[in-house]
Amino acid sequence: MVAEAPVVTHGSPSGGGPRGRGLSRPGARLRWWSERVIEAGLLLAALSSIGITIAILYVLVSESVAFFRVVSIVDFLTDTMWMPLFDDARFGILPLLAGTLLSSGVGLAVAVPIGLTSALYLSEFAAPRTREIIKPFLEMLAGVPTVVYGYFALLFVTPLLQRWLFPDLPGFNILSPGLVIGIMIIPYVSSVSEDAMRAVPMELREAAFAMGATRVEVAVRVVLPAALSGVAAAFALGMSRAVGETMVVAIAAGQQPNLTLDPREPAATITAYIVQVALGDLPHGSIGYLSIFAAGLTLMLMTLVFNVAAWLLRRRFREAY
Amino acid sequence: MSQAVPTPDLVALRRGIRRRVLFDKLFSLFGWACLAVGLLTLAALLVDLAVDGLPHLRWDFFTSFPSRKAERAGILSAWVGTVAVMIVTGMAAIPLGVAAAVYLEEYGSRNWVNDIIEISVTNLAGVPSIVFGLLALGFFIYAMDLGRSVLTGGLTLAILVLPIVIVATREALRAVPFGVREAAFALGATKWQTVWHHVLPYSLGGVATGVIIALARAIGETAPLITIGALTYIAFLPTSPIQSQPPFVSFQWTDDPFTVLPIQMFNWISRPGDDFQGNAAAAGLVLLVMTLMMNGGAIWLRYRLRKRIRW
Repeated sequence: MVAEAPVVTHGSPSGGGPRGRGLSRPGARLRWWSERVIEAGLLLAALSSIGITIAILYVLVSESVAFFRVVSIVDFLTDTMWMPLFDDARFGILPLLAGTLLSSGVGLAVAVPIGLTSALYLSEFAAPRTREIIKPFLEMLAGVPTVVYGYFALLFVTPLLQRWLFPDLPGFNILSPGLVIGIMIIPYVSSVSEDAMRAVPMELREAAFAMGATRVEVAVRVVLPAALSGVAAAFALGMSRAVGETMVVAIAAGQQPNLTLDPREPAATITAYIVQVALGDLPHGSIGYLSIFAAGLTLMLMTLVFNVAAWLLRRRFREAY
Repeated sequence: MSQAVPTPDLVALRRGIRRRVLFDKLFSLFGWACLAVGLLTLAALLVDLAVDGLPHLRWDFFTSFPSRKAERAGILSAWVGTVAVMIVTGMAAIPLGVAAAVYLEEYGSRNWVNDIIEISVTNLAGVPSIVFGLLALGFFIYAMDLGRSVLTGGLTLAILVLPIVIVATREALRAVPFGVREAAFALGATKWQTVWHHVLPYSLGGVATGVIIALARAIGETAPLITIGALTYIAFLPTSPIQSQPPFVSFQWTDDPFTVLPIQMFNWISRPGDDFQGNAAAAGLVLLVMTLMMNGGAIWLRYRLRKRIRW
C-alpha cells in the first residue's frame, strides 16, 4: 500500500509573477516564464488522454453514421443474419452479439468461481509469504499475449475436449476459446476481488473469530458480504475484458456468424468480425469498411456499460469503510 | 450460590466443531485447487509451445525471412519489426505518459479539468484493444495519411499503453514523501526544479516498472495492428537508420511497412494445413518468453524497490 501524499495545490513557490519576489536576480524573469511554459506543456500531455477519448468517439460515431445512412438501425438491431459481403448483404448484429455474449459467458463461468475462490484463499487463508510468491505467477496469466492463447485454444484445448468430453466437437467452436478467455481473466477477477476483501476492516473478522467461527465461515459469511460491491466490480471488469477479447476467438472460434446458444458450435464475435474484415483489406468508404465501425461502436458501448458499472461499484466499497 | 448451567451435549458439540474444522480444511484445499488451475494452465501453455516449437528454434529461424516453405520460414522481419515498433511506442508513450502523470500529481489542482482527465484515463484503460485499431485506421491512416507504417503501428500501441504508463508513474510519484518536495522548496527551488531534480529521480524505479509492463503488453498486441492492415508477408527489413552517405542518419524506417512477431504468428496459425504450426509455436515461444521475462523483471524490480527504500 502506498501512503497517500497530499497533492500540491499551491502555485509556484518562486513567486506570484514575473514582477514578484527575487526579480533583482538575473534570470529570474526567464525562469518564471520557463516554469509557465513547462507547466503548459505538462497540461497539454495530460489533456492528450481527453483528446484520444474524443478522437475514438469521433471516428466510431462518424463512420457509424455513414453506415446507418445505408442500413437502418432497426434492421441492424433486429435482423438475424449477418452477411456483409454477399450481394444481398444483411446486417443484423444479433448473431455477432450472441457469439460475443456466449464466449464471454463461458469465460465468466470459468473465471468467476476460480477467481473468487483464489481471492478468498489469498486474502483469508494464505500466509503473507505464500501470497507474495503466488500472486506474481497468477498475474502472469494476464501478461501472456492473446495470440498465444489463441494457439493454445485451437491446438491444445480443442483437441483435449474432443478426446475426453465431446468427441464430435468441431475444430472451431466457442467453448474452447471461452474456456481460455476464462483462464485469462482470472487475474483481473481475483486481484480486484482481493483488494476489496482486504479493505474489509480487521475488527469484523476478529469479532467473528471471537465467536468461534472457522476461517471459511469468516471468509464466506463475513468478508464476502462486506466486500460484495468490490467483488461485483471485479465481475463487471472481467466481463468487459471478455467482451473485448479478440485474438483468441478470431483464431479458435471460426469467424462464421452463427445465431446460436450452443457453445459447442462455431460462431463469430464482434471482435472476430472486425479482424476478418481488416484482413480482407476492403476499400475505404465501402459498406463493409463502414460496418466494422458500427460493430466497433456496439462493442465500445457494451464495454462502457460494464466499465461504468465496475467504476460505480468500486467507488462504493472504497467509501464504505 | 451457583446457578445450574444447563450442560451442553459435549459429544454433539465436538462433532459439530470437528465437522466445521473439516469443512475449513476442505475449503482450503479447494482454494489451492483453484490457484492450481491457473498455474497449471500457464505450465501447460509453456510445455505445449515448447514441445511444438523447440525443434524449429534453430539459429536460422531468427535470421530468415518468412517463406512459403515451412522449414525455411523464419522471423527475421518480424523481430526487427517488433523492435522498430517498440522504439516508436516507447518514444511516444514514455514522455507523454510521464508528463501527464507529473501534471496530474504535482501540478493539477482538484478541479473539473482534472476530474475529466482522470475519468478519461480510467476509461481508456478499459477500452478493448481492437477499438484502438479502429481509431488508428480512421485517424492515422485515413485522416492523417501516415500509411500502414512503423510510425502508425508504434503510435497506435503507444496510445494503447498510455494509461498503464500514467497510472504507474502516478503511483511512483505519490510514494515520494512530501518532505522531499518541501525541502527543495525551502532551498528556493522552483516547482519544475523540484520535480526534475528530486521527485522524478526518486520515483524512477516505479516508473521503469510501469514502462516495462506497458511495453510487455504492447509487444504481444495483435488485434489493433491487424486492424490497421499491417501486412503479414514482409520479406524485407525497414531501411537502416544508419546510412553510409551523409547525413548518415535516416528516419525512413518509420515510414516503411512492417510485420511484428504476434502478426507473423497469427499468419502461420491461420494457414490451412499444419505445416506451419511448428513455426507458429516457435514464434509463440519467443514471444511468450520475451513477455514473461519482461513481466518477471518488472515484478522483481518492484519487489527490490519495496525492500530497499525506507523513507
